[in-house]
Amino acid sequence: MKKVYIYRGFERFWHWAQAFLVFFLGFTGFEVHGSFSFFGFEQAVKLHIIAAYSLIVLIIFAIFWHFATGEWRQYIPTLENINKQIRYYITGIFQNAPHPVRKTVLSKINPLQRLVYLGLKIVLFPLMITTGILYLFYRFPQGETGIKITINNLSTIAYWHTIGAFLLVAFVIAHLYLITTGQTITSNLKAMITGYEELEEENEEVKDENSK
Amino acid sequence: MKKTIGLILIFLLPVLIVYLLFFEPEYKPTKLELLKQSMQQKKKPSVDHSKFAELNKKFERPQDVTKTCISCHNKRDIEVMATSHWRWLIDEYMEGRGIISLGKRNAINNHCISIGGSEGSCNRCHIGYGYDSKNFDFTKAENIDCLSCHDNSGLYEKEKEAAGYPKSNLDFTKIAQSVGRPKMDNCGYCHFNGGGGNNSKHGDLEEALYTANREVDVHLARDGANFECVDCHKAENHNIKGRLYTVASMNRNRLLCEDCHSDAPHSESIINEHTTKVACQTCHIPTYAKVNQTKTFWDWSKAGKLKDGKPYKIDNEQGNDIYLSEKGEIRWESNLTPEYVWFKGTATHYLFGDTIKQVPVKLNEFNASYYDMNSKIYPVKIMRTIQPYDPVYNRLVSPKLWDKEDGKGAFWKDFDWAKAIDTGMKYANLEWSGKYGFVETEMYWLLNHMVSPKEHSLKCVDCHTRNDSRLKTINDVYLPGRDRNIWIDNIGIALILAVVFGVVAHGGTRIIYLRKKKNHKGDK
Repeated sequence: MKKVYIYRGFERFWHWAQAFLVFFLGFTGFEVHGSFSFFGFEQAVKLHIIAAYSLIVLIIFAIFWHFATGEWRQYIPTLENINKQIRYYITGIFQNAPHPVRKTVLSKINPLQRLVYLGLKIVLFPLMITTGILYLFYRFPQGETGIKITINNLSTIAYWHTIGAFLLVAFVIAHLYLITTGQTITSNLKAMITGYEELEEENEEVKDENSK
Repeated sequence: MKKTIGLILIFLLPVLIVYLLFFEPEYKPTKLELLKQSMQQKKKPSVDHSKFAELNKKFERPQDVTKTCISCHNKRDIEVMATSHWRWLIDEYMEGRGIISLGKRNAINNHCISIGGSEGSCNRCHIGYGYDSKNFDFTKAENIDCLSCHDNSGLYEKEKEAAGYPKSNLDFTKIAQSVGRPKMDNCGYCHFNGGGGNNSKHGDLEEALYTANREVDVHLARDGANFECVDCHKAENHNIKGRLYTVASMNRNRLLCEDCHSDAPHSESIINEHTTKVACQTCHIPTYAKVNQTKTFWDWSKAGKLKDGKPYKIDNEQGNDIYLSEKGEIRWESNLTPEYVWFKGTATHYLFGDTIKQVPVKLNEFNASYYDMNSKIYPVKIMRTIQPYDPVYNRLVSPKLWDKEDGKGAFWKDFDWAKAIDTGMKYANLEWSGKYGFVETEMYWLLNHMVSPKEHSLKCVDCHTRNDSRLKTINDVYLPGRDRNIWIDNIGIALILAVVFGVVAHGGTRIIYLRKKKNHKGDK
């Protein structure tokens, strides 16, 4: 095992800022939705808008970072090993079997993560941002302050925004749990906080397999 | 890279501090402050009528005053005779009906129903002298009552049951010498008392406005803007701005809040955006009938009960009649929450003689909806009444209510519905079957006055709330906080529960296996 610097400074900042904003948007968003009352409707709307703009700015920086560093390649989906990964979560994990896909700096997320995170990036976040912006700016009839497109009811926009919100909540819960499925229960969390994680070395893995 | 960013920050920070220390933002008055400044200058009369020799004489009849007015203000009589205040009619295009002349002269409402046959009493509020029947000559200029609007002495008063004539003992010289721009009491004399008592009809126009504070009405309050009615209801050629959609049909000559306040008067844009679909009045008139009670319900079918052969009445604590032999049962209420409807500046009306198509009969309808470009949500008082109709011809009837003498068919004298309706319908030249019943009617009164201070305007949550939204009847629009798709919500919650269940099951299994393994190790 070797301590490796796996998550860089911006990456960790981006991750935690996004985590906070998504949580906060979900919280204020469901208050606006009428699910409960905490800040009060008026305050919840204002906070939700501020958080939404912050997240958009953060995402713009993150996109730039992904392309500048080439990290976007981490999310190229692959079907290779995906069965192994699924089988690991269903059975292997209970028998303390080793992770089927080795985590390295160049490939730090497993094939399932690749699919899910890519889905977040190209489906769910764009859905939330588009419907969110329409929600904010679309007015019927086209007022001076509204975007001029012919949609005559907010309900469609609101429904899709709500669907996305439920999916995000489901993702966050699963994500929080899956943090604990690293080498040790806390190794993933520690890695995302400090940037360092103890990873198997290439030859170590070979040895491991031989010893079995 | 890091160095460059650091250098830029080191350079920018001092600039920012210097800027914050030395450049105070220039003070800019808000739109409201500018408006307040512009309204501070109160109009002063340009002439003193008491100095005119023409007015320095004794007037025998009120008509003599009018003639004297016209002798200087010539052609003004023609202007006045073109207004609805004189004609008690307005000619307007009504959707589906074409050009219609409608006004107090021929309208049917759900207060005292109609003026037909009762002109002598009702027309105390006409700006003329002697409009005591449908045969009144609307071309005779000397019968214009200039003083009812222009008296500034406060002494002028019309006689009861005298078809618009003033009291006989008035000092017309003094009154004529006082004339000027109309004051609140000139307008309020009729507009506060319509329908037979203070605040009876409108709910937002009443005598409490004479002495209102800002809590009651920010515009008319003596400690507020201190307006007169005509500061907003400006007139051009005696045609006064502002409309009443209990008789008006078209979107013209309206007086809008936006005329002074613009359609984006708030500092927060999210509130300004509401003005495309929500009228100012909706948030800024959170309650009406704030001081005195207004009529909300009237049951004419209970009228006519007598005690020992004599009519009687029952008053409530506020002194308003809740039962009158002449009028039936009446409900008075105060501090009311408005009802909310779409309105686009137009209305259609039930015209006298129309067949009843729906019950309750809607005496005026706004025919607006969310999907109409110009529609906004407005607050209304809805007056609900049970009033006489002809079940055979299926139309509302107009009973003769008032007369000076018994035996002329007037219901208020003889208490005989059949006779009163017969007399009223003959007077209106409309057939009736001889049978009568009672039917529910509704009339919509837009609320425009008694604007509350901004601290008391509606809060977001008054409408944007799941269960008790003020806008619960406005159903053709998605309102965040109130509306949701129940399927999306239920499936969404099911999804979250499924994920939580999965996490618990998976995590639980892991813990169990972990323990087993530990035990194994212990065994070894």
